[in-house]
Amino acid sequence: MNEQGQGTTTLHLVLAWGFVGIPLAWGVYNTLVSAMKLFQ
Amino acid sequence: MGLLSFLDRKHTIAGPGFSRWMVPPAALCVHLCIGQAYAFSVFNLPMSKLIGITQSAPDDWKLTDLGWIFSIAIFFLGASAAVFGRWVEDGGPRRAMFTSALCFGCGFLVAALGVSLHQLWIIYLGYGVLGGIGLGLGYISPVSTLIKWFPDRPGMATGMAIMGFGGGAFIASPLSVWLMARFSSPTHIGVAETFVVMGIIYLCFMMVGAATVRVPAAGWMPAGYVPPVQPKKLVTNQNVYVYDALRTPQFWLIWCVLLLNVTAGIGVLGQASAMSQEMFPGRITPVAAAGLVGLMSLFNMGGRFFWASTSDLIGRKNTYFCFFALGTLLYALVPTAGESGSIGLFVLCFVIILSMYGGGFATIPAYLRDMFGTRYVGAIHGLLITSWSVAGIAGPVLVNYIREYEIAHGVPKADAYNITMYVMAVLLVIGFFCNLFIRPVDTRHYMTKEAEALGLAD
Repeated sequence: MNEQGQGTTTLHLVLAWGFVGIPLAWGVYNTLVSAMKLFQ
Repeated sequence: MGLLSFLDRKHTIAGPGFSRWMVPPAALCVHLCIGQAYAFSVFNLPMSKLIGITQSAPDDWKLTDLGWIFSIAIFFLGASAAVFGRWVEDGGPRRAMFTSALCFGCGFLVAALGVSLHQLWIIYLGYGVLGGIGLGLGYISPVSTLIKWFPDRPGMATGMAIMGFGGGAFIASPLSVWLMARFSSPTHIGVAETFVVMGIIYLCFMMVGAATVRVPAAGWMPAGYVPPVQPKKLVTNQNVYVYDALRTPQFWLIWCVLLLNVTAGIGVLGQASAMSQEMFPGRITPVAAAGLVGLMSLFNMGGRFFWASTSDLIGRKNTYFCFFALGTLLYALVPTAGESGSIGLFVLCFVIILSMYGGGFATIPAYLRDMFGTRYVGAIHGLLITSWSVAGIAGPVLVNYIREYEIAHGVPKADAYNITMYVMAVLLVIGFFCNLFIRPVDTRHYMTKEAEALGLAD
């Protein structure tokens, strides 16, 4: 069985990772902005 | 019964061509949601003013009573992970993730009812008990599945999911504040509406994870991966039955390893803001302290992925040796940083400590897999999480009580945490020795081929 073949396309992977990655990146960005106040 | 069969393990077996890289996002769907628990405190202050609106009225709930919501949820996280671990393992990840989503999402809805009726016990029951069970089931549900998909990199795989639990608060905290602002008016605080919206969002998000998760077919291996014929000394290719694991010293030593690592980290995580302001009065403002907490949370999350992935390269035992040796050194350095007035050294010590706190959580599933095999690792992980519940009480209590004792005996506030730091360092030394004593599990505990063939897990 292949790791990636006809069953899962690159689009599936992009959508799946985007679905969790975008909210997480948004949260990390907000936290980074807040954390920068430590250095101001 | 169509829906129920959709949840069966046999209906989650991946077909040819399914990419294993679809599984970490499925796990993250759950862990990013249940990680909201770390941000629950944003509701405490608004919930203490539901009647008085601008300030607490006599009939409003007290913050001490509201604090129990989180404590009950964490208690039920540990309890449900321990009690339902075997059920999670037997039924497969989809059934567990589906149930977790229902419990966690509905927990919010029941809590919203409690807010609307202004009945705190309903919130305890909703978010605390029901939501807490959702937390426990969700936390352990993808662990063994990820380990089976990534036999070549189990630490990295579980590290990714558990990183999501650390990162969930980053999303939940600003989302909660934004939603409450949207639903609030001069005569109303929109906590109940926020709970309803968040419950529905989390329910849907977690259901996506449950729908997309897959387990590998029997005998599946990643392309090009050949399992070592002679495994490393501390890595077994046998399996230990879940309740037999409890009879091994290895389980309890790892239980202590997690307890001591978490106790040391959780104590300072909860007190970092106050501690930094008291150790550097006038130099670290409340706003800067909030920034420090944010930075520590980022390292807590990043450490989960970094250290768990590193453990695939250097081994689990060596990773925990790093945590305990480096952690002892850093805790012992914190008083020096305070006395010398070095904020940079103070921040550096704490962010590394927090990275190892997160790393401790994320590396444990792979450590258990190495010691007890793949088959029951999720259930064994569920039992081990009880140490987290104990640490959740022990860590903050240690930090708070030692500080109060010191101040009561005339120690200046700036120096009141010194003894605490040394106590934490001693805890990590004990953890170092617990880790040192871990040896391979005695072969008499391994499941026989007959027992495995009987399909105890399936």
